[in-house]
Amino acid sequence: MTRQIRIALRNCGVIDPENINDYIATGGYDALAKAIFSMSQDDVIDTMKKSGLRGRGGAGFPTGIKWETARKAKSDKKYVLCNADEGDPGAFMDRSVLEGDPHCVLEAMAICGYAIGASEGIIYVRAEYPLAVKRLQIAIDQAKELGLFGENILGSGFSFDIRLYFGAGAFVCGEETSLMNSVQGGRGEPRLKPPFPANVGLWDKPTNINNVETYANVTQIVRNGWEWYRQFGTEKSAGTKVFALAGKVNNVGLVEVPMGTTLREIIYDIGGGIQHHKKFKSAQTGGPSGGCIPAEHLDTPIDYESLIALGSMMGSGGMIVMDEDDCMVGIAKFYLTFTAEESCGKCTPCRIGNMRLLEILTRITEGDGTEDDLKKLESLGQTIKDTALCGLGQSSPNPILSTLHYFYDEYMAHVDEKRCPSGTCTKLVGYKILPEKCTGCTVCARNCPVNCISGERKKTHVIDQKRCIKCGVCFSKCPFKAIIRG
Amino acid sequence: MAQEAAEVEIKGSYPEIDEYYESMPDKNGALIPVMHKAQQVYGWLSEDVQLYISHLLGVPASKVYGVATFYSLFNLERKGKFRVNVCLGTACYVRGAEKVLAAFENELDIKNTETTKDGLFTLSSIRCVGACGLAPVVMVNDKVFGRVNPDDVKRIVDEFLSKVGDIA
Ligand SMILES: Cc1cc2nc3c(=O)[nH]c(=O)nc-3n(C[C@H](O)[C@H](O)[C@H](O)COP(=O)(O)O)c2cc1C
Ligand code: SF4
Ligand code: SF4
Ligand code: SF4
Ligand code: FES
Repeated sequence: MTRQIRIALRNCGVIDPENINDYIATGGYDALAKAIFSMSQDDVIDTMKKSGLRGRGGAGFPTGIKWETARKAKSDKKYVLCNADEGDPGAFMDRSVLEGDPHCVLEAMAICGYAIGASEGIIYVRAEYPLAVKRLQIAIDQAKELGLFGENILGSGFSFDIRLYFGAGAFVCGEETSLMNSVQGGRGEPRLKPPFPANVGLWDKPTNINNVETYANVTQIVRNGWEWYRQFGTEKSAGTKVFALAGKVNNVGLVEVPMGTTLREIIYDIGGGIQHHKKFKSAQTGGPSGGCIPAEHLDTPIDYESLIALGSMMGSGGMIVMDEDDCMVGIAKFYLTFTAEESCGKCTPCRIGNMRLLEILTRITEGDGTEDDLKKLESLGQTIKDTALCGLGQSSPNPILSTLHYFYDEYMAHVDEKRCPSGTCTKLVGYKILPEKCTGCTVCARNCPVNCISGERKKTHVIDQKRCIKCGVCFSKCPFKAIIRG
Repeated sequence: MAQEAAEVEIKGSYPEIDEYYESMPDKNGALIPVMHKAQQVYGWLSEDVQLYISHLLGVPASKVYGVATFYSLFNLERKGKFRVNVCLGTACYVRGAEKVLAAFENELDIKNTETTKDGLFTLSSIRCVGACGLAPVVMVNDKVFGRVNPDDVKRIVDEFLSKVGDIA
């Protein structure tokens, strides 16, 4: 049986997040005191480097090296930013940490401030998370009252302050350079890197930016030492990762497992397997930047490198499980709709290229696609990846490329036979009542949300195809299996 | 920059915005927080409000408009009394949220993002409200409905229609 190990989530649901004394009672703010009183700035950075911690926001960049760069940058002013924009539509790890254990993020940001020589921290948090916002503000106020933030913390001579800044619903603002443009009060458009934020960041000053979950690991590493942290995870990907497990599994919710755990262990041991005993089809990781992993790779131990090798990526930790009823072309179209909408429009490959990809996918799901379209998807997708300006465009074709790679047959069924094997592409499916089986029980007519089924009691019912929205309710409710999908 | 904004006529007074702006310790990057505040108070950002913010902060109106259109949370139109938000996050999508949206479009006789003629309902889609375990999720104002089927839609709409009756 696979065991969960809670490092980032250790306090979530255990302590009262609105009471700083609860946090302190679990050893909270010990790590900050340890850092500023008994470690030099270089000691802290050395610890972070040796711990092997890598960024949990998506790319997996080594945290210690990032901090070291910011420490070495010379400037009168530096910033510590926390990326709490959590944009993956189907993931809520960061939100749970912010709501369940806000102090652990604040404490880590102060440790980072000490290590790199910054005195100001800003948390960029989604305005769509009102409870997280409220609890963060309470946490900041309580910590300030106890002298844990502000001027001359605990008489050490180190000063550090934290404030909140609210996002306004733009996925691209999760990208670090966009995020900084947004904090500066403008449109959140990314810029080319380098220079990296560690050298030229917020207001052009050296800035360290990390994800919420990355920070949630920091306090534990400083407190328990890097050797302790190294016992979890794999050689190249140390520690644990939180996944938001959702979709067609029996137990949905957050799981925190050591890096190197397999998909099968997460989905079957922890997730309790697929709902209604259906067949597993694929697991999507990495959100709109990631891909769909098929059954033959269920036993791959997951870490940053293995997921990329499978054509997906770690991303922030969204994990959506899909079964035989999910259409892989449909899911690719779902993500493309998202990225085409969220493209900031600054560069052409992403602004126009993604629209073209979406048009082709739409054609395919409506039965107007050709085999040539599949080639176009492949080559245009690759071009966008190679030429887009920021990570959004560089990864947006991944959901298409990975499904094309693993589920080519399913695409072929759409273009060749004009058939959607899982029956989800509404233009390609229809519902019909079989007169010989229909008993006239009226169940379907009473449940149809658009009232398009007619028929007298005990007489054969019929569907008005013009008004049918293909929701499938009748199909699943008919007690006599008299309705077929085709 | 400020002159450009000053040429247009400023209509109305907005004491809540003034007060909030005054209270900000750091006026750098104030634009988005001020817009959040304005929307919180007035519900949406009318042209007049945008022009006023431009005037108050001394930034071009084009910049205010540019920011307002960039971020999806800013409303440039007045919303209905009941805001129906269908979650189209991934977890909800794989559990049939699109069909729920179609059922709302049908029931309210409007398309996604539109408001009914009587000003009662605005239909929108949102992404992951963090309740994926209850997918598909629909929020009407602050009330969350979980595991929504297309055939629940009429009941949900009726529930809010009956509230209008209560008030009248
Ligand atoms: C389109 C796009 C969206 C992103 N969204 C997020 C996000 O929501 N949260 C996050 O922490 N990082 C996000 N990132 C990654 C950040 O740019 C950045 O790498 C990260 O915040 C660095 O922190 P880390 O090293 O701790 O992961 C996104 C990147 C891209 C390209
Ligand atoms: S890749 Fe897309 S999101 Fe990124 S800069 Fe280009 S247009 Fe904007
Ligand atoms: S539910 Fe089935 S049996 Fe009953 S009226 Fe409808 S089609 Fe006929
Ligand atoms: S699929 Fe949905 S809309 Fe169509 S007839 Fe059946 S219940 Fe009615
Ligand atoms: S995807 Fe709808 S609540 Fe998460």
